[in-house]
Amino acid sequence: MTDIETLERALRAAAQAHDDAALPDLIGPADDRRLLDLAYATLDSPVGTLLLAVTARGLVRIAYLGPEDEQSVLDELATAISPRVLAAPRKLDSPRRELDEYFAGTRRRFEFPLDWRLTRGFGRRVLQATARIPYGTVSTYKQMAGEAGSPRGSRAAGNALGANPLPIVVPCHRVVHADGGLGGYTGGVERKKVLLAVERGDRL
Amino acid sequence: MKLPPFQALLDAHGRDVHRFLLATVGPGAADDCYQETWLAALRAYPRLRHATNLRAWILTIAHRKTIDHFRARRRQPMPVEGFAERAVLRDGALAEAETVNGRSDLWEHVRALPPKQRTAVALRYVFDAGYADIAATMDTTEEAARRNVHEGLKRLRTEYTP
Repeated sequence: MTDIETLERALRAAAQAHDDAALPDLIGPADDRRLLDLAYATLDSPVGTLLLAVTARGLVRIAYLGPEDEQSVLDELATAISPRVLAAPRKLDSPRRELDEYFAGTRRRFEFPLDWRLTRGFGRRVLQATARIPYGTVSTYKQMAGEAGSPRGSRAAGNALGANPLPIVVPCHRVVHADGGLGGYTGGVERKKVLLAVERGDRL
Repeated sequence: MKLPPFQALLDAHGRDVHRFLLATVGPGAADDCYQETWLAALRAYPRLRHATNLRAWILTIAHRKTIDHFRARRRQPMPVEGFAERAVLRDGALAEAETVNGRSDLWEHVRALPPKQRTAVALRYVFDAGYADIAATMDTTEEAARRNVHEGLKRLRTEYTP
């Protein structure tokens, strides 16, 4: 008969033995069963690290990490869309590749679908008008407000653009003041300058 | 109900769930049980009514998956030639025929314990869990948790020689 302390020691020691086993993949089976409501990944870019999130409908969120922190962005997504949020870089292969190409200057439009569910009403109309501004050109807050059905709503249009959940791909950096001033930007005006420089073909 | 992103749970408890399963169902079945545990958790997660003690919640699911695993094994028809090695132990649990370097692994004896003793012993010695934690995970009283560990150890003492 083994004494109890020897037994307890042996149990603890044996439990430590398998500590470094690799953890099995969950993304594949979760996706097959349609349990992956939100997949996210990060991407390094000339405007800093981006967090990208995708739903079954399409890309739903791009966040500038730095101005925003990863945990709060994920918390917001969990509350607004679904708590079934998992890190799944492979689910974001095409947005990541297309964004890389965009920053390299070899892509002028994005092909992946967008999920607009984090926008609504006037804000959504402003952002959808913004999405039509051609690459390498700029428009004005007043113009966007007008296209969204409220010609006197420049300030409201500015707020909607400041809350853009999909910066870069919904190019709110292409919206400037009528007097030529750059205006604000969701990730800070330095990032706006970099994006406009990319589209002018400047070397970064 | 505000629930944290599921990834936070996985980051915090993924390794522990795997360790628990390695101990309770063994290396051969741990990966399958791990996936089943987390998929069941992911399915149920949005309906969860409170986010307190999510660790106990996920380990409870893992505990149920170990019971399913041993139940399914019991139903599997056994080849005649394998029968001697896979002797049916008390409560119908099967002894794992796996050995490490030809030596019988102490945790194999734990796997052959009745389900409640098996889980209680695993929680106690894999995580150094207190009886209150074991009780919360297994939805029993602290008294019952203590008894499950004690009974498990008593049986192991007679069956295991180092």
